[in-house]
Amino acid sequence: MKSKFKENIDGYLFILPWFIGCIIFSLGPIVISGFISLTKYEIITPMEFIGFDNYVKLIKDELFWKSLFNTLYYVGLSVPLRIILALLLAILLNQKVKGITFFRTAFYMPTMTAGVALALLWSWIFEPEFGVLNTILAKIGINGPSWLGSTRWAMPALVIMSLWHVGGPMIIFLAGLQSVPQQLYEAVEIDGGGSWDKFKTITIPMISPVIFFNLIMEIINSFQIFTNAYIMTGGGPANATLVYVLYLYNNAFQWLHMGYASALAWVFFIIIFSLVLLQMKLSSSWVYYEGRRV
Amino acid sequence: MANNKIQFLTLWHSKQLKSALGKVITYILLTLFAIAFLIPFFWELTSSLKAQQQIFAYPIEWIPNPIVWSNYSAVWKVLPFKIFLKNSVTVSVLVLVGHLLSSTLAAYGFARKNFWGRDVLFTILLTTMMIPGQVTMIPVFIFFRSLGWIDTLKPLIVPSYFGSAFYIFLLRQFFLTIPNELEEAAILDGCGSFRAFTTIYLPLSKPALTTVAIFSFLNSWNDFFNPLIYLNSLDKKTLTLGLALFRGEYSTEWGLLMAATVQITLPCIILFLACQKYFVEGIALTGLKQ
Repeated sequence: MKSKFKENIDGYLFILPWFIGCIIFSLGPIVISGFISLTKYEIITPMEFIGFDNYVKLIKDELFWKSLFNTLYYVGLSVPLRIILALLLAILLNQKVKGITFFRTAFYMPTMTAGVALALLWSWIFEPEFGVLNTILAKIGINGPSWLGSTRWAMPALVIMSLWHVGGPMIIFLAGLQSVPQQLYEAVEIDGGGSWDKFKTITIPMISPVIFFNLIMEIINSFQIFTNAYIMTGGGPANATLVYVLYLYNNAFQWLHMGYASALAWVFFIIIFSLVLLQMKLSSSWVYYEGRRV
Repeated sequence: MANNKIQFLTLWHSKQLKSALGKVITYILLTLFAIAFLIPFFWELTSSLKAQQQIFAYPIEWIPNPIVWSNYSAVWKVLPFKIFLKNSVTVSVLVLVGHLLSSTLAAYGFARKNFWGRDVLFTILLTTMMIPGQVTMIPVFIFFRSLGWIDTLKPLIVPSYFGSAFYIFLLRQFFLTIPNELEEAAILDGCGSFRAFTTIYLPLSKPALTTVAIFSFLNSWNDFFNPLIYLNSLDKKTLTLGLALFRGEYSTEWGLLMAATVQITLPCIILFLACQKYFVEGIALTGLKQ
């Protein structure tokens, strides 16, 4: 009895720092943010309670819809492409050929660069006249667009860029592939199945939990795109790359509309959470957990 | 003729040929992707060594001629990059220490202590992992502002000492793979849980700790959003903010900008090359698939 009590105390002591942090930096702020979203608060003036006015204003706000649409366009294009590319690369890296360490390093290295450095590098790559991308395109007879300067191509440019640092989900896929038991593949071989049969009947079901994990993390991360848009286009041209977090940032820290920005933040939270919940619901039909179907 | 065809077909269906062909295709694909992934780095590096007139040469000249090193030294003269570097190093190192200290403790608690309410708390932890930072940033900003911490490095550093859900999750998965018997034996020998934690769990967890350390370092080194919100004065800025400032002032001097970019990414790449064995092993072993 005494040792059970001691184990409880020990447990709480070990997790105490996290628990305090969770209250101060996560759970508390979510509740407070909900409260601020019901006020007019501009930091320098006192807080004023205005009910659901911010949410009403939001529904009528063209830029809110524009930024939401832009973000969904980016997420819808980037996430599936990133998942497919990451899986393809992981499969290549899982082959038993010599020199694989070199290729693994090469594929993962871009993921080490992030943020502003990455944005600057790609601004230069996308440079319409002297950039490397349009030079290569010209070699194969394609007249490249002006990328970041074009309302049509600025967003696809950000998607292309996101494909370059796909190392995160790739490594997780690789770990998943390596944990698939070899006997399962041998069983397919005995039945006379080829590579495609192995992939379809063994690989995909066995790594479906990994695909699911990557999908959820990719959705959450892609929604938060900010730095690339902020540095490379500033949301332009003509708001073509005004993404949700950029609009949220402008409201909160450029114009100090903390109340309105909190309403934007809450809507953001609800959208992401419902998408994740939806994926979880859908997952029961295709994610396979060993020993049980969930 | 018919004989030849049969020979060809048997050869075609022979396993060796099939696997040899598979290997060739694998190598071709691997090489193509490697080129695609490395060209931007090549472009970054060669641009940083070009003089301004060669940058805007048409058609493009791939190899810098003459090689110009002055971009590298010029970067340090136009803006106080030494101060930015000092700030970035301070933040990244202190955050790394904070994450390792607090996250290992919590991870051990979740993995090995059977306390009341543990599963509920762990579910809360997993849920907070999915909360985007933008949702909590306004109250957190107001909180730090009330402490008078705006325009100091503290808001960037202090939260790491309260753990990070993702790292706790990663480390817990790893701790679960360490056999319980080791700890039980140590406790029988009169060792307390904290000592079991420091003498058994931590030394056995090098791959996982390295993984967390690299993730943590990279995230704070490359972080732009938080410094942007909290830091205003020039002598408080980090490298990423400095780079953004630089971009604003020298928007078409690509040689200079690329020299700055190379220098800011180099520590990350060296870090990765030095620890990549541990790193990949760490991700595989923590069983992210669960």
